[in-house]
Amino acid sequence: MSALIQSQANETFVLNLGPQHPATHGVLRVKLTMDGEYIVEAEPVLGYIHRMHEKMGENRTWAQFLPNTGRMDYLHALAFNHGYVSLVERAAGLTVPERAEYLRVITSELNRVSSHLLWFGAFILDLGGFSPLLYAFDDREHILDLLESVTGSRLTYCYFRFGGVYNDIDDNFVPGARAFIKRLRERMPMYHNLVTKNIILMKRLQEVGPISAEMCRKYGATGPVCRGSGINFDVRKHEPYSIYPEMDFEVPVYEQGDSMARYMVRMDEIEQSLRIVEQALDKLPEGPVMAEKVPKILKPPKGDYYHAVETARGSFGVRAVSDGSNTPYRLKLRSPTFSNLSLFGEACRGMLLPDALALMGSLDLVIPEIDR
Amino acid sequence: MQVDPEIIRLLAFLVGVIAFAALNAAYLVWLERKEAAHIQRRIGPKEVGPFGLLQPLVDGIKLMTKQLIVPAGVDPVLFKIAPILVMVPAIMSFVTIPFSETLVARKLDLGLLVIFAFASVNVLGLLLGAWGSRNKYAVISAARVVSQNVAYEIPMLVTVVTLVMISGTMNLSEIVGLQMGGFWHWNILNLAASPLMPVAFLIFFICMLAETNRAPFDMAEAESELVAGAFTEYSGMGFGVFFMGEYANIVIGASVATILFLGGWDCPFGLFPGVHWFLIKMYFLIFTVIWIRWTFPRTTFYGLLNLSWKILIPISFVNLILTSAMLKVF
Repeated sequence: MSALIQSQANETFVLNLGPQHPATHGVLRVKLTMDGEYIVEAEPVLGYIHRMHEKMGENRTWAQFLPNTGRMDYLHALAFNHGYVSLVERAAGLTVPERAEYLRVITSELNRVSSHLLWFGAFILDLGGFSPLLYAFDDREHILDLLESVTGSRLTYCYFRFGGVYNDIDDNFVPGARAFIKRLRERMPMYHNLVTKNIILMKRLQEVGPISAEMCRKYGATGPVCRGSGINFDVRKHEPYSIYPEMDFEVPVYEQGDSMARYMVRMDEIEQSLRIVEQALDKLPEGPVMAEKVPKILKPPKGDYYHAVETARGSFGVRAVSDGSNTPYRLKLRSPTFSNLSLFGEACRGMLLPDALALMGSLDLVIPEIDR
Repeated sequence: MQVDPEIIRLLAFLVGVIAFAALNAAYLVWLERKEAAHIQRRIGPKEVGPFGLLQPLVDGIKLMTKQLIVPAGVDPVLFKIAPILVMVPAIMSFVTIPFSETLVARKLDLGLLVIFAFASVNVLGLLLGAWGSRNKYAVISAARVVSQNVAYEIPMLVTVVTLVMISGTMNLSEIVGLQMGGFWHWNILNLAASPLMPVAFLIFFICMLAETNRAPFDMAEAESELVAGAFTEYSGMGFGVFFMGEYANIVIGASVATILFLGGWDCPFGLFPGVHWFLIKMYFLIFTVIWIRWTFPRTTFYGLLNLSWKILIPISFVNLILTSAMLKVF
């Protein structure tokens, strides 16, 4: 293949993939240098939906920035809420009631399942299979209904507050969540039978788009991307936060590093998230959902703080420098997809265009989170 | 003045064939949307008319009233000619299709050859349209269409040659005539001629999917890869004509499969043969084509070529040799 590329190196052409293209799921632009249908070089061009979230953070009070976090990764907004809220709590030294932590984990894991379900549908759509998307959305709808009843919104959640959560769950939530877990567990074998074991899908994913562990380390890839390449890293396990240490769950790791491995990691994670939700529902303690004595105007002491959480796409880190005033001095957001995308240029070299797009789909890109 | 009744008959058939092709193109869109909707647990079109039956009409009006945009930089002649080049041969092919013993526009002795000759023009239309668009996605799509069609025409034609050997004629009416008298006479179960006949039907069906650029072989318009492939620059009725041509080609493919393998207008149990049996079989095949599209993901281009060159072509040649041997022996 490389010989082919070299022999015709002067006959390449540039193909602009995006910023409007069905496979990029948003305004991502990839400048591809192509040799026929082979990719010689790929350069992601970012910034089409850059909204200066980090700079906005410096101009707002700590609390005013909170809704911004849900608008970065709109598919797993609660984890982004969680990261920022935990950081501020760490900085300001707030303690969170146990019930609130449980609610945070329950809602955020349900949100993770909904994010993976949407990815599942969209990924198969990238491969040309239309129907699974509708089934995945059907299941996702149940999660959205559940979360709507708790958080009041269906997509860009802003449910967590410094020192707890916005409001307590209602009586229907626990039975509803249990019913959903039962339902999705019954549906997962169907997905595996109809989609995972489909021979066309297997041929398109297996041994296609390999990403080595080396490459993951080089580019700082996290989440299902690195776990699909055999790196056992999950912030929930390795830098535990909230009540995750009390939960019994496994981190699915696959060694192959191909698109199929990343697919399987996410499908297994759905099941593990359901396990976490189930345990948390069992253990859910009574009590307040909001810490007492949270100051109206928050002024964390001078210092440099960092907190990371595991989102559906990988490790999301927030670093804040406080100068003791009511606004952050500097806010740095480390979003997982940005790092995951940066390896695309190296990983897709020499690949066919459809395979490269399958690889891109398996990275699970959420563009607003890349550009922030 | 006396008008030759043959001319009137031909005119009536001409109008009928065009109407049949256009009606099918319109209502297959409706069928596709309905079927896809039910596979995906939706309802599909339902607002316009009962069961959304007037939807194709409204869609047609919408497409026709849209502005015909000819983008800057395209080849104006090729760009406009291409949709017609796809549509016209497809309609022409209908001329030779025998829907029943009497319902056929022209009983040509080389009917089968005419159909495959016209089917090849379809590729040319797509290629010219894509080339004339001067769009990179369209050009990639054009390259795919050509190599895909070359790859799949071989097993298809080899299978057809096998059938011609069995029937000893290229006249479609006569091919059906030889299969009359119940489903055990149909070519698909003609195990005396070759035990591989059901496989041959499968090969023909797969090739038909690939020839008409249907999923899972829809490399030409792979919308998650090539935006809309060859049709990227087309809008309004230019796109509409392409689409009608595509559906007309599906109808042709299903009709030919019905004639060659499923006994045309013959009843499976030997009772009341007629045009209704032809239509039932044809629409069942079309239904299956749509069903497959909404069930499977797309293959890759290389998987597609490998399937043709490494599996379909060898099997169809084995079938050809086996059939000729059987014909010689018995």
